[in-house]
Amino acid sequence: MDALIPFTTSGSLVDLVDKKVLVVLRDGRKLIGVFRSYDQFANFLLESCIERIHHRFDYADKDIGVLLVRGENVVALGEIDLIAEDMVPLREVSWAELEQKINDETKRRERDHAIKDKVLASKGFVNEGREGDAY
Amino acid sequence: MLIFSFFKTLTDQVITVELKNDLSITGTLKSVDQFLNIRLDGISVEDPERHPHMLAVKNCFIRGSVVRYVRMASRSVDTTLLEDATRREAKEAKK
Repeated sequence: MDALIPFTTSGSLVDLVDKKVLVVLRDGRKLIGVFRSYDQFANFLLESCIERIHHRFDYADKDIGVLLVRGENVVALGEIDLIAEDMVPLREVSWAELEQKINDETKRRERDHAIKDKVLASKGFVNEGREGDAY
Repeated sequence: MLIFSFFKTLTDQVITVELKNDLSITGTLKSVDQFLNIRLDGISVEDPERHPHMLAVKNCFIRGSVVRYVRMASRSVDTTLLEDATRREAKEAKK
């Protein structure tokens, strides 16, 4: 597609500028920051950016600063409703603790998948692929 | 261009967008562009327990390249009109 086509309807992203936003990346990372700029490739510039990890209803934040996100990695951009944000039943915990929990669960899931794949393969089924593999 | 025009006719209707990471977002279609990037308003997520980060998000922009399906009510699609338009576009392309 011609990259020089003006960015028309999604030019409506202009109303999100200077708002607090959540950006979801293709690798599953969630970034929260102030939306400062964008272009037709969905490249985004975020200020006062943090990375947030979740596990069930726990979350943890890590400061990043200013971030320019290349468009190809973007899945979605959401405006955070500041009132709804205060009502959300989430609990902040320490990054190290939560990261450990997530790593443990990932390891457990991978082990389960490996077993499942082996059983399925023995019955002639092929590997189905994991969440996010479709990108 | 046809599908782009079709999506434009869906503006202000409630649709469900399923992404390639299996996240399904339902909301009112606000705008769509030539890359089929989608703006949704008043969104809700199918499985909030698995996607807790979406709880505080009320409207969102979805990059066209990560969309797997768009689900809509069958009454919002005029299939005869769409068929005609497809034939017309195919004819134009042959010229």
